[in-house]
Amino acid sequence: MNATIRWVRGGGLSTLLLLLPLLLVFSYFAWFPIGRAVVMSFQETNLVTDPAWVGLDNFRRVLEDPLFWTSVRNTLYFTGLALLFGYPVPLLLAVVMSELRRGKGLYSALAYLPVVVPPVVAVLLWRFFYDASQTGVFNTIFGWIGLGPFAWIQDASTAMPSLVLQATWANAGATVLIYLAALTGVRGDLYDAAEVDGAGLWRKIWHVTLPQLRGVLLITLILQVIATFQVFTEPYLMTNGGPQNATVTVLLQIYNYAFRFGDFGAATALSVLLALFLAAMSAVYFRLTRSWSTT
Amino acid sequence: MSSTRRHLGVVAAAVMALSLVAACGSDDDPAADGGNGQQDDGDGGGDEQVTISVSNLPPATESATREAFLARVEEFEAANPNITIEPSEYEWDVTTFAAQLAGGTLPTTFEFPFTDGQAMIERGQLADITAEVQELPYADAFNPSVLEVAQDDSGAVFAVPTAAYGMGLHYNRAMFEQAGLDPDAPPTSWAEVREYADAIAEATGQAGFSQMSQNNTGGWILTTLTYALGGRMEEGSGDDVTATLDNDGTRQALELLRQMRWEDDAMGDNFLFDWGTINQAFAAGQVGMYIGGSDVYNSLVTENSIDPNAYGLTVLPLEGDDAGVLGGGTIVGVRPDASEAERDAAVKWIDFFYMSKLTQQDAALADAEALVATDAPLGTPALPIFGAEQLAESDAWVADLVNVPLEQMMPFKESILDQPLVPEPPVRAQDLYAELDAVVQAVLTDENADIDALLETANGNVSSLVEAG
Repeated sequence: MNATIRWVRGGGLSTLLLLLPLLLVFSYFAWFPIGRAVVMSFQETNLVTDPAWVGLDNFRRVLEDPLFWTSVRNTLYFTGLALLFGYPVPLLLAVVMSELRRGKGLYSALAYLPVVVPPVVAVLLWRFFYDASQTGVFNTIFGWIGLGPFAWIQDASTAMPSLVLQATWANAGATVLIYLAALTGVRGDLYDAAEVDGAGLWRKIWHVTLPQLRGVLLITLILQVIATFQVFTEPYLMTNGGPQNATVTVLLQIYNYAFRFGDFGAATALSVLLALFLAAMSAVYFRLTRSWSTT
Repeated sequence: MSSTRRHLGVVAAAVMALSLVAACGSDDDPAADGGNGQQDDGDGGGDEQVTISVSNLPPATESATREAFLARVEEFEAANPNITIEPSEYEWDVTTFAAQLAGGTLPTTFEFPFTDGQAMIERGQLADITAEVQELPYADAFNPSVLEVAQDDSGAVFAVPTAAYGMGLHYNRAMFEQAGLDPDAPPTSWAEVREYADAIAEATGQAGFSQMSQNNTGGWILTTLTYALGGRMEEGSGDDVTATLDNDGTRQALELLRQMRWEDDAMGDNFLFDWGTINQAFAAGQVGMYIGGSDVYNSLVTENSIDPNAYGLTVLPLEGDDAGVLGGGTIVGVRPDASEAERDAAVKWIDFFYMSKLTQQDAALADAEALVATDAPLGTPALPIFGAEQLAESDAWVADLVNVPLEQMMPFKESILDQPLVPEPPVRAQDLYAELDAVVQAVLTDENADIDALLETANGNVSSLVEAG
């Protein structure tokens, strides 16, 4: 009894009550839908009449769907390409920009500009740029130097790289700003010491900048992997999974199950599988990189 | 002081928490009351008050048709004092349909295309309105091949067909002239389609022929082509349906596309069209010919501002022993959670608003006048919901008001009723179409696409879906 009174007087109750709205909001808008999705993954439902329990049927159907492995392959391909191009580009830009003595603000703004453009507008704009005819914007530009015309998103082999190019353009700006902020935390005397030791620009980057940024780099890497695994806007708006399913991603497949075929059981089953995979991958990643982390 | 502050903190926190709980709890569950939140009675028809919501109220920008719609609502309510109608601007969208149905924002009655009917029936997303439909005076007069899109295997009726069309070949008359072709003599064989497409592409630099390939439309149009060449995507009926995607008709259809694309280079540069984007490209003069429903002209006018003088429509050439034309159209259904009274009121509304235009001269004229007042197209060729004579009669009622270039559609109108109408594949049609999207895209984007192998794979995939039901 005394302990309870002490807890109340010590501010425990007011803390709990202040926390309650947040808990309720999270419960209602985040945890409840997640829980509901997990339940639905074991049901057959049209969202109106009573659902029927179907055990693991939805998971079986999803795993047996020929498009499942296609979508996994495509998603891995997108993630791989996005890491290959999208991960070093912002770092490189940030390092170069941090070395600038003048106009840093202007270049930061220019780098961030694509992030300000609404994603749908940006994707539709790029779809227009990717016009495969000789008079398409990119093909016209390449035509000036005697290249092309390229099929861009109209060809199964070039469609995914085209999406990655657009996604890198659209998203690099935000990461550049994170790196720029992190770079301000790198102590100047480390560069001075490296210079005294005779290090050039690249050795300074390799031996000072990158190790000092490793905490941020590790976080942005896993965030980028998680984000690219959930790529949807680009394939949905640019190619809708085509040509020949070359850009069907896991999330697009989830969307198609739910909203094109009304199969909410399969959609939630695949969502659960994706969430489990990403959670497991994040856990393994943090375990493997624990010794490198600065946090 | 600190104690007062702590007490104030507790009170403030309690108020915030309670208001949030109240806010969450105050939300009504609209699905529980049949979706309109205003059901006034329990089950049972009779004279009890009932409120239903209805779809496709024209937007405020189309004032004349909107007023005409609202006038019809008033007229209906006067004739049925126990029914209140709540008009809604809702228009069918497959991507939002299920969520709106679950969220209770879908109207009690709503229009949707033939092609989605069977899947919605299978998923239990439509109310069984057999009893209500059987009470209509023309219940037995429906064209059976049209009504079956709204029926399940047992013959139960889940919706009412209100408009039907056959697939046709749309062509750009101006581009025909540019290519030295006679726009009044459209192609009558697939060899001619190919020849004309080549000539148009050569003369204009645009696509002579284009084909939809996305969002299941690739499979839909390939099925149309297959039917026109005597093939079928599925054989059998009831529980004995088998997938036959690798039939000769489909093979010929894909071979035709391959030739136009790779040998003639007559299909332009965009191979990822869907219904909306191909209409846009056609209206913009970027496509010489394409296959679509005969009612597309309405959309080309209202959505894409096509030049009416450039528009032409003809029937699809039918070749092969069992060739036919795929049909399509609009059906009106009722929410699956509607009460008996709501179902009854909904079918009365469908009868009054949709069917009377087809069966009563006054209603047909009033509807036509409202359409013409807003320059909405009137007179686009249709297929009969009941019979050819009845269609001819209802066409005659509004003949003086027709504002579409009917002369340019005569090659279609004069022949379509002679073409055998073939329904969509009976089992998992949308899945089948989705599977074929990739096949069409492969043929159009990969010069070395192996048509036989593609069809074999697609047939295997669809077969397992069909077997699973």
